[in-house]
Amino acid sequence: MVDRRTLIKGGLVAGGIGVIVSTGSLFPISFARANTDKRFVFIILRGAADGLSIVMPSGDPAYMGLRGAVAPEESPEKLDSTFSLHPALTEVGKLYSQRNAIFAQAIASVYRDRSHFDGQNVLESGGAKPFAVKTGWMNRMLSLVSAEDRRAIALASAIPLAMRGQNEVYTYSLGETQSLSDDVAARVAGLYRQDPELGTLWEAAVRTLDLAGDAGKGARRGARLGALAARLLAADDGARIMMIESSGWDTHVRQKVRLDSQLRELDATVGALVGGLGQDWANTMIVVATEFGRTAAINGTGGTDHGTGGMGMVLGGGLGAAKVVADWPGLSPAQLLQNRDLRPTASTEGMIVSAVSRHFAIDPGKVRRALYSELSSIKFPTF
Amino acid sequence: MRATTALNRFGYGARPGDKAPSDGAGWLEAQFNRFQVRPAAFSRLASRDQIADAIVAYRDFTRTPEGKAALGERREAAQAAKHAALGSASHTATNNLMQKNAALAKLDGYDFATQQNAMQIIARIQSAVETDTPFVERMVHFWANHFAVSADKRLMIGFAGLMEFEAIRPHVLGRFEDMLIAVEQHPAMLLYLDQPQSIGRDSALAKRVSKRAGKLPGLNENLAREILELHTLGARSDYTQADIIAFAQALTGWGVSGIFQKTAGANGRFGFAAARHEPGARTFMGKTYGQSGEDQALAILRDVAASRATAIHLATKLARHFTGDEPEPALVTRLAESFHQSGGHLPTVYRTLIEAPEPGEGIGKFKSPWDWTISTLRAIGKVPDQTDRSFERTLWLNGQPVWRPGSPNGFGDLDADWASPSALIQRLETASRWSVGLKSAIDARALAHTLFPDQPLSDDTSEVISGADSAGQAVSLLLVSPEFLRR
Repeated sequence: MVDRRTLIKGGLVAGGIGVIVSTGSLFPISFARANTDKRFVFIILRGAADGLSIVMPSGDPAYMGLRGAVAPEESPEKLDSTFSLHPALTEVGKLYSQRNAIFAQAIASVYRDRSHFDGQNVLESGGAKPFAVKTGWMNRMLSLVSAEDRRAIALASAIPLAMRGQNEVYTYSLGETQSLSDDVAARVAGLYRQDPELGTLWEAAVRTLDLAGDAGKGARRGARLGALAARLLAADDGARIMMIESSGWDTHVRQKVRLDSQLRELDATVGALVGGLGQDWANTMIVVATEFGRTAAINGTGGTDHGTGGMGMVLGGGLGAAKVVADWPGLSPAQLLQNRDLRPTASTEGMIVSAVSRHFAIDPGKVRRALYSELSSIKFPTF
Repeated sequence: MRATTALNRFGYGARPGDKAPSDGAGWLEAQFNRFQVRPAAFSRLASRDQIADAIVAYRDFTRTPEGKAALGERREAAQAAKHAALGSASHTATNNLMQKNAALAKLDGYDFATQQNAMQIIARIQSAVETDTPFVERMVHFWANHFAVSADKRLMIGFAGLMEFEAIRPHVLGRFEDMLIAVEQHPAMLLYLDQPQSIGRDSALAKRVSKRAGKLPGLNENLAREILELHTLGARSDYTQADIIAFAQALTGWGVSGIFQKTAGANGRFGFAAARHEPGARTFMGKTYGQSGEDQALAILRDVAASRATAIHLATKLARHFTGDEPEPALVTRLAESFHQSGGHLPTVYRTLIEAPEPGEGIGKFKSPWDWTISTLRAIGKVPDQTDRSFERTLWLNGQPVWRPGSPNGFGDLDADWASPSALIQRLETASRWSVGLKSAIDARALAHTLFPDQPLSDDTSEVISGADSAGQAVSLLLVSPEFLRR
């Protein structure tokens, strides 16, 4: 992307970094402070994050035999008698100790094959099988919240499938210019003076850049992402529903190092998001999910292959709970699915329905019908 | 038709030095005689045979013990390279692995296919930027998005662009039915929608497998469903789930020679695997199809291509592409009639469109990232060279990566799909970056006259451009003006 130097050279930034003073709103549909102030964030872990290394069933007798070679060196924080949290997740661990975290273990979406492409399609569309549904569950979720709260943004360069559909969704990506001079902003605004459509969009664009500011500059990418997300969510006229994409979870090889670094980034995102939201964290929920889990055993290259049962997280300032929700199927060979994968005992869609229903105080049946109309029976993890 | 409408709404905008057409409609129609199915930009691309052979050879190799070992080493090497970047692996070990990796990469058919995909994207951009038949080129891209495949699967990544070059370009001025059949028999579509994995329940193969392993391989409805819903009749037409199943059964056996099957014909060609075909006659939308083998699905395809629902579906999409989100029903009806009466003869339909009054009206559509990028490159006279992938990246960042819409629906064609705050920011950035790099200064006011020969700029736009603080800034502001953002 363009850096500031290029912009200066191009004459687009006159007189250094301009601080944008704008009365424009990020979301043209609302200017008033919303009644609920609830924020909802979905973080998708693309590539099938290894649930068994994140919410580790260290109390299961078969665990060390299967996973000893990739277990983290630091001793993990015990969540309960069966599970421990990966030590890279210090910020998430803090949330757990503050009763702001529920982990769901041994969950899977309705998808039962092992293609990332198809699995992510099911996770995002909410259909019963790949490509059966053309819109995303998050977009359908927007129809459940009040019109004032229907302000959605994806931190991505294009709208991810989960957010596609009839409700309007904005996108913003971290690569974008973090500053634009007043001068150029005013010139462009001049172009759109008589054009209500473009004029409104430009106001929102300037406001987004203004809010994003230099959020978390210089920090690791995960922290910058979290700081940016917090800025966009915290403002009175900011977003209320957000999707954050995280990729690189497909750890076939030398998982130990790779996963550690992935989890540190994720943890930094969550930490910066919670920190940046301040008191608004009390009204915020974060749901973390991935397309499927990974094999119980490690493979010949120190990694794990595509599996079935995995984990998900529900984090929230207003949760008032700290638990691992699992109808734990066990890891002995007979307990595994097809003698290789963690057997799923609850549904990822169910976790999402429970979380959305709890956060927005909407009847779960209504949420399920809106988000997952193709799925007649969902086994809910009990929150 | 005004020259400005012909150039922008129907084409990809003028290039510096282009003369304004005196008769807009005549200029568009004359392009039918000049269109090049295989423009010069395609001459460096590998053939389908070469790509298919490379993939098949690699798949075969990775099934040998030697190949399996090599694959493991390669994964390790790739990991090591990443760790080296993080400083957690020894330098020598990494170097050794990377050397091995480089040697192995030369064998990798998928790497070759991925490189070809990048070259095909460059060729597509070059062709669109250089063409003197921009209306026909636009129609090629319209159909490619109508028959969308997304190059997200490595098996078909090398074929996605070829589908446009081999199945769409040759038929863009022909009959819809021929294009439809060429597309549905192309490896990109067949592999994208998992057709080779679809096996009739009572097929010879299913019987063999079920005897051996006791597990019944299944029918895959993807291709049948998308053909009906997206490619021909359209969603909410009056076909049922039973019709989808019947069509999917008729399609069993359709596949790609060399990939998942050993059928006659070179690797990568369409092949009919009789052992997977569900035998017998079937009823589709009230009609019985008694043909055997590959002809059964062909007969259904021909019937749906000729259906009135297909004519209306395609007419609606065309009208939307050229007039806006809510096209006039009268225009849709005229296009559908033209399609139906001509037996799907596409140039006839295009003529109806060109002669219609509606495309000359309205404020125009907000350009998609592809539209905006191509028209910008044409306006400033910038042509990517053979190895320049920066334009591909620009399209990624602007949300419309070439041949990767992410789903069989293709990219959206509504204003709301593209008009967003971040689109404006990204276009401003791109325009300013490219305006800086120009070899010779362009006078934005003269450029405006070339781009919109018979439509003066609005007062606001001309005022802002005249007041720009540099020639480069004036050009970049013109490129994000309302006049240029819409077509």
